[in-house]
Amino acid sequence: MQYLVSVISDHDGLATPDEDAAIDVFNDRLVAEGHWVFAGGLAAPSSATVIDNRGEEAMFTDGPFLESKEYLAGFWIIQAADLDVALKLAAEGSKACNRKVEVRPFL
Amino acid sequence: MTVADVTDAITRAHHEEWARVVASLTRRFGDLDVAEEAAAEAFATAVERWPADGVPPNPGAWLTTTANRKAIDRIRRENKRGGKHKEAQLLHDDDPPEPLGAIDDERLRLIFTCCHPALAIQARVALTLRMVAGLTVPEIARAFLVPQTAMEQRITRAKAKIKAARIPYRVPSAEDLPARISGVLAVLFLVFNEGYLATGPDTDPVRHDLTAEAIRLTRLIRALMPDDGEVAGLLALMLLTEARRTARVSARGELVTLDEQDRGAWDTALIAEGHRLVRERLAAGVAPGRYQILAAISAVHTSARDVRATDWSQVVALYDQLVRLDPSPIIALNRAIAVAELDGPEVALALLDRLEHRLAGYHAYHAARADLLRRLGRSQHSRAAYDKAIDLAGNTAETASLTRRRDQLG
Repeated sequence: MQYLVSVISDHDGLATPDEDAAIDVFNDRLVAEGHWVFAGGLAAPSSATVIDNRGEEAMFTDGPFLESKEYLAGFWIIQAADLDVALKLAAEGSKACNRKVEVRPFL
Repeated sequence: MTVADVTDAITRAHHEEWARVVASLTRRFGDLDVAEEAAAEAFATAVERWPADGVPPNPGAWLTTTANRKAIDRIRRENKRGGKHKEAQLLHDDDPPEPLGAIDDERLRLIFTCCHPALAIQARVALTLRMVAGLTVPEIARAFLVPQTAMEQRITRAKAKIKAARIPYRVPSAEDLPARISGVLAVLFLVFNEGYLATGPDTDPVRHDLTAEAIRLTRLIRALMPDDGEVAGLLALMLLTEARRTARVSARGELVTLDEQDRGAWDTALIAEGHRLVRERLAAGVAPGRYQILAAISAVHTSARDVRATDWSQVVALYDQLVRLDPSPIIALNRAIAVAELDGPEVALALLDRLEHRLAGYHAYHAARADLLRRLGRSQHSRAAYDKAIDLAGNTAETASLTRRRDQLG
């Protein structure tokens, strides 16, 4: 079973060196214990472009599709047997990156 | 066997076997929906057949077999309609039987799943009452004054989340157990409290159906986990509170406070059982948790012949212990009320003043203040505090009692 662990940030600014170091330790653990699927940090929401190609021609809009104080700063995709395992890992991830995270199962 | 006997047997079977049937079906089919529906169908079949065929010698086994057959029928029907992979998914079980020792009971898995911390507290309450206690959705909706469709949605959504997010069907590991048990007890305490001080203008002030259900479920957990101190503590607390139920509301529908209750109307059997549990926990010599301390406070109250005979220094000492464990302002408020009996209303009022910024929106804070001000002869201030308390109280019997006290002020 795979879960998306979204990192939710409520302040500007990238991870500090201390946060980066803690994230590295956590990532190594995910790999060592077989939970690692993928992970990445994202550039600021202001760098986003929204594309809508449902009509005649593709529309491009500068900026994120939702303007909000909280935004997606990065994510992990983890492999876990069930939600209890995923929640425990997500709690450690939140501690490591020093931000809130949201856990959602893949279909 | 008379019709009444059969009805009794069905009611008893429902109380004793519902959770077991749902739990064993959930384990077998890996699906709460299938388990719930098949269990409900099995009981409906019993209602139809037992009056004519007689009550089977082993009602639990009959119900489980019947429910299993209903579940298999449903899965076959759904497979025929499409979804070929459905059966495999349903029967998938990646959780090998673990040695659970004394707590090896299917019903515990069910309880821990329904009370999972990833579910909203209202969803946990609703799911526990449906799956474990076997209340119907309309019954639960009525109990919480929620429209039936809203309650239906709440339960459906919770079941869907359990499935989609794969909330596991198991008893938590030893390391997680204390936190998870306290989550289960919080659900049971909430059900009990809603019954004990029901909210809403059109509801009975005390909902015996809810308090009885909470006690029944706590007894079940106690039977499954006899060594857990907090489980025993919560059961004792509920019993000692329930024992005072009939004395708590007057014939005119007013809430009667502890000091004015007719202690002769208290249920002595429940008090004896509660006291026995409290003594058992004292003898265990393990540092008590909050339910055990609350039960001990209740035990002190129910040991006194009248309010003057109450050992207030003991009550305050127990609250001191509780405050260290739980810094909530509500605990501090209750401690201050006990302090008033020991050191006088002046001292207690000073303690209350310090809580104002945190409890200004809580009716019991203003009610306690009004009472202290009354005892200090400060009628005008007392009246204003009663007004605030009446404004904020949600329970009909409590509003009536507060109004009377206010109107008695000179």
